[in-house]
Amino acid sequence: MARKGILGKKVGMTQIFTDNGELVPVTVVEATPNVVMQLKTVENDGYEAVQLGFEDRREVLSNKPAKGHAEKANTTPKHYIREFRDVEMGDYELGAQVTVDTFNSGDVVDVTGTTKGHGMQGNIKRFGQARGPETHGSRYHRVAGSMGAIINRVFKGKMLPGVMGNNRVTTQNLEIVKVDTERNAIMIKGNVPGANKSLVKIQTAIKANQK
Amino acid sequence: MNELIQDITKEQLRSDIPDFRSGDTVRVHAKVVEGSRERIQLFEGVVIKRHGSGISATYTVRKMSNGVGVERTFPLNTPRVEQIEVIRHGRVRRSKLYYLRARTGKAARIKERRRDI
Repeated sequence: MARKGILGKKVGMTQIFTDNGELVPVTVVEATPNVVMQLKTVENDGYEAVQLGFEDRREVLSNKPAKGHAEKANTTPKHYIREFRDVEMGDYELGAQVTVDTFNSGDVVDVTGTTKGHGMQGNIKRFGQARGPETHGSRYHRVAGSMGAIINRVFKGKMLPGVMGNNRVTTQNLEIVKVDTERNAIMIKGNVPGANKSLVKIQTAIKANQK
Repeated sequence: MNELIQDITKEQLRSDIPDFRSGDTVRVHAKVVEGSRERIQLFEGVVIKRHGSGISATYTVRKMSNGVGVERTFPLNTPRVEQIEVIRHGRVRRSKLYYLRARTGKAARIKERRRDI
């Protein structure tokens, strides 16, 4: 099944009323028109994909390869360039614009983003483990606990402190509540991974639209 | 708040909301759907809380129904409320009147606010 996609910036969350008066929580994603930068073909690249660019980058910040790449699509260098697979290749033309009306309200989408970075964190915050007693001489407060069976190593996947967040995460099957073509905004029901102002990739849902 | 978000929600904000605060007595004309029919249901009581701002603003109305306290929270800008009538302006000294939950009858009275200031 052919999918569709667009790149956008997470603006933040709010609520809007639907037509039947229901107040639903939405995430606003601003997607100024994307530009088709390159069409990848089986002959040239070994696979099919469409490459979209989002948000202009200042000329002085772009190097020659970036400028040359953008020139092929007759556009300016872009800040974010991402590929979309499983698309209907006939719908895309080099240098054409992809706008928010790619999607309609009611569409079900998957949204990919990079989660907020939390830095080095312990098990309690990172994995939601319970803490030990504070008093009564427990001496077991916030530590990870047993390392498991004694086999002179620790099993892979053992939950231990480490860097939390800053992962690429896809939230599946989110509903588009409203598309605002005037303001280039898409309202997605519920939350979306990442901090405000971060890049998000919106694609037709892979599971919900399976036939 | 972000400008774009304000802009998006602006058109859904209602302009016909009367000025009322905690302690006021209001009559809320709520639309109720019964099967396919829609009718207006009145809910009259004391506003014990106003919460939030913009499109997310809500208010909570408390009334006594057959000796049982009933509270309903409405979104301020919901299109499902036909009209809000302010019946009485009450004089209270705090914004959240949770203490009314522990009181009934005479103890739950609220003085009328003088409006001629």
